[in-house]
Amino acid sequence: MVFKLVWENVRFRPVRTMLSILLIALPVTLILTLVGLSRGFVEGSEKRAEGVGADILFRPKGTTLLSSFNGAPLPEKFVDQLAKEPHVAASTGVVYQLVGGAFDSIAGIDQASFIHLSGPFVFLEGHGIEKPDDILLDQYYADQRHVRAGSRIGVLNKDWNVAGIVEGGKLAHLFVQIQVLQDLIGSTGKVSQIYLKLDDPRNIDIVKKQLSAKYEDYPIYSMKELEAYYSVDNIPLLKYFTEAVLGIGVLIGFLVVWMSMYMAVLQRTREIGILKSLGASKGFVMGIILAEAFALGLGGTITGVALSFGTRWLMDTLMPASLPQAIVPDWWPIAGLIAVGGALLGSLYPGMLAVRQDPIEALAYE
Amino acid sequence: MSSAPAEQGNAEPVNPPIIRVRGLRKVYQTGKVYVEALRGVDLDVPPGEFLAIVGPSGSGKSTLFHIIGGLTPPSAGEVTVAGRNVSAVGDSGRTELRRKYVSFVFQKFNLLPNLTARDNIRTALHIAGLPTDHFDSQFLNILNLLGISARLDHKPSELSGGEQQRVAIARALATKPAILLADEPTGNLDSRNSLAVLHILRDLNERLHQTILMITHNAEAAAFGHRIMHMSDGRIVESSVQ
Repeated sequence: MVFKLVWENVRFRPVRTMLSILLIALPVTLILTLVGLSRGFVEGSEKRAEGVGADILFRPKGTTLLSSFNGAPLPEKFVDQLAKEPHVAASTGVVYQLVGGAFDSIAGIDQASFIHLSGPFVFLEGHGIEKPDDILLDQYYADQRHVRAGSRIGVLNKDWNVAGIVEGGKLAHLFVQIQVLQDLIGSTGKVSQIYLKLDDPRNIDIVKKQLSAKYEDYPIYSMKELEAYYSVDNIPLLKYFTEAVLGIGVLIGFLVVWMSMYMAVLQRTREIGILKSLGASKGFVMGIILAEAFALGLGGTITGVALSFGTRWLMDTLMPASLPQAIVPDWWPIAGLIAVGGALLGSLYPGMLAVRQDPIEALAYE
Repeated sequence: MSSAPAEQGNAEPVNPPIIRVRGLRKVYQTGKVYVEALRGVDLDVPPGEFLAIVGPSGSGKSTLFHIIGGLTPPSAGEVTVAGRNVSAVGDSGRTELRRKYVSFVFQKFNLLPNLTARDNIRTALHIAGLPTDHFDSQFLNILNLLGISARLDHKPSELSGGEQQRVAIARALATKPAILLADEPTGNLDSRNSLAVLHILRDLNERLHQTILMITHNAEAAAFGHRIMHMSDGRIVESSVQ
């Protein structure tokens, strides 16, 4: 009977029910979208790093694994020096520079050594870098900027010729000649980091040890270490961002549910009076209100999850390179707990008002 | 019809009274103003009586109902309903009184608008802790008497005013309460439906010996009661046996 009462309550006012569910779904979608963006960014970076095909990463002094993907403080001479180390089969230096905010970076590469180490690009359109103003874009960035091979594109205040569109998943979204980027950012003769490929991956530990002894203070990582390190929790900015989003989501969710349930209880003042006149206890009335809040929280969660697929479609359509959004099923229960918990907490105060309400006043409510 | 002195409206009870009121007072506070709604009411109602209470607005008849029905506590005095001292119990005690011993029929019907007639009745049964999956034969007879057996699967908005009030009566009787309190039950009905509802109440009283207290403004409606009690300014001023 309680289920019937709750079901008929939510069914009886479909517009209010839909609005409440949508309002509860908003923070759920907000949380899932922003967590999905954080994870999509990290996963995209991991995939591109993995796509290089290197075994070891050589980083400038004083940097951490996931810091300073910007600028070029490492002398380029190290590229040749490292190439001569035992078991090193190939080495290439890369210059990174952030473009268009914090989410996209352009990579300056020495095309020959990069291809030697990483293998050839898979071209969807056009050809490789031939001239100083040539730029390669991966398919995501090309889609985002709506350009094709042969188009002109402005990046870092410079006009570039889109020489080719390549399959994504390798190093970066944008590639130019290393010297051009070095000159452009005022780091001539310097690189951001150096990738090494070994003659045999089984030698990674030996080479790492040798290099660490020889190049003291230079962070040296195996790519496996790098991949293991790619997580939101290891990137303080993203970690705090996710936590802040979570906090805001909980707060918005609570306020929204509180307002929604407050209105729902107010609208049903007379009905609560009727239930009380029939002898309904405080616990019974509170139970009905909490059950309804639970139903709305559950509905809001399901709608919020569905809407997060919508936001991913939107991101994929508008900003596939800059804002890749992952679907995060492991966060569905968390978002659900926040929504349902918020709904239950948010309905406590209006519920308490309802159970305390004088039945005579409630029955007189119009 | 005989008229008794107004004193405190007591008819000599044939049986021990099912409602016993002594020195009942009720004071409401509206802002800084205190309103004395009841100024010392004494009343005995024997089981099976159909008592009509009449009086102008503000005479205290609704307040008397609300106290007897456990919707509000008295300020002073003693009220015993079906052997329970209502004036001595708290909110939960009054809730139990409404759940088990007293039922209301209101002028505005007060059906739950989102539920069918059947589910309105089942809600009352559920709250009273009674089975909700079927209606017993006695209650099916009541539904037949009320003429709503075929209208049970309709929501209030699909029922006429007269039908809604008959559903409200059915809901009130479903839990077999000791006392039925009807507050202006014909106030929102046309004369034909009013008459039908009054006949139903009298039938229920005669066939089931259901104790009924009915507030009304209408002298014709009051004439359906065994006894008519007049209230004015928070006091019983006249009581006449039919």
